[in-house]
Amino acid sequence: MSTRIWLSIIVMGAVTVAIRLLPLTLIRRPLKNRFLLSFLHYVPYVTLSVMTFPAIVESCETPLAGLASLAVGAVAAWYGANMVSVAALCCVVAFVLGLL
Amino acid sequence: MSQRSTQAAAQSRGRDMREGLRDGLPIGLGYLAVAFSLGIAAREAGLTATQGFIASLLSVASAGEYAGFTLIAAQASYVEIALGTLVTNARYLLMSTALSQRFSNSTPLSQRIGVGLGVTDELFGLAIAHPQVRPFYQYGAMLSSIPLWCVGTSAGIVAGQLLPARVVTALSVSLFGMFLAVIMPASRTDRVVRICVLASFAASYVASHLIPLTMAWSSGTRIIVLTVIISTVAALICPVSTEGDDAS
Repeated sequence: MSTRIWLSIIVMGAVTVAIRLLPLTLIRRPLKNRFLLSFLHYVPYVTLSVMTFPAIVESCETPLAGLASLAVGAVAAWYGANMVSVAALCCVVAFVLGLL
Repeated sequence: MSQRSTQAAAQSRGRDMREGLRDGLPIGLGYLAVAFSLGIAAREAGLTATQGFIASLLSVASAGEYAGFTLIAAQASYVEIALGTLVTNARYLLMSTALSQRFSNSTPLSQRIGVGLGVTDELFGLAIAHPQVRPFYQYGAMLSSIPLWCVGTSAGIVAGQLLPARVVTALSVSLFGMFLAVIMPASRTDRVVRICVLASFAASYVASHLIPLTMAWSSGTRIIVLTVIISTVAALICPVSTEGDDAS
């Protein structure tokens, strides 16, 4: 049992590390292709957005707490609040409204 | 390199490192909470605290590890575990490719590897908040966050349900707050990014709640499929200017 778990952990780690390192070690030169550059420009924002909603709403005690947390965090970040403040605000709103 | 410029380089590395340590800490605190609940899943799969620590150190991936632990608990084969990990973590492939364009030409391979080992959703978020990747800034952020991820996993395995569930729930929202801190400022300055963000929210909701086919997928699969589709459409309709880099 223990051997199987250790081997599973190694398989998980090896696959994950390979995924992270392959692009960074193989792509050494600046890309020239305009489509690829544009694609990569949008990827981070799209992927973080897809992960944020609706997951933030569902991770809270109630949908109201989640939506409020999202709204407060989004407005604070829009007006330039730093990462720590936005994260803390989201937590406080989620906790307080979760108590209702 | 003259002694003076070596000194200057060492100073800027130290400054980057300290800045990274500071910015990584809130991520680490968020990790502690999320890893704690991940540890509960690891315990159900039969992992010891040491195994949980090592698994989190090697993978540093919330969704990927969760999928892995679930598969271990279900007595899945190694091939299934490898495939499950690949699908839930495939977004890191896109993130690393995006980062590969943000290194200065003089960055040695060892530093690209060092930064690459720390590509997580949140640390990637930190990296792209700056126009160019600063390896020592990333190292600092990794140092103050990844150990907490590992400790949190072990703590979850050992201590089970000691923290009130409400506190764990509220803390887990902090990760989404960090995502918002990355996407909102860019949305404010770039109209296309703003449209992409709104389209992504909408598509993500539709895919996870309204379409039976995509609802059956894991969240990792949905994330990568939607990312590829939406980013492709945006790149075709609104290509960025190719002069200079894509950091603006």
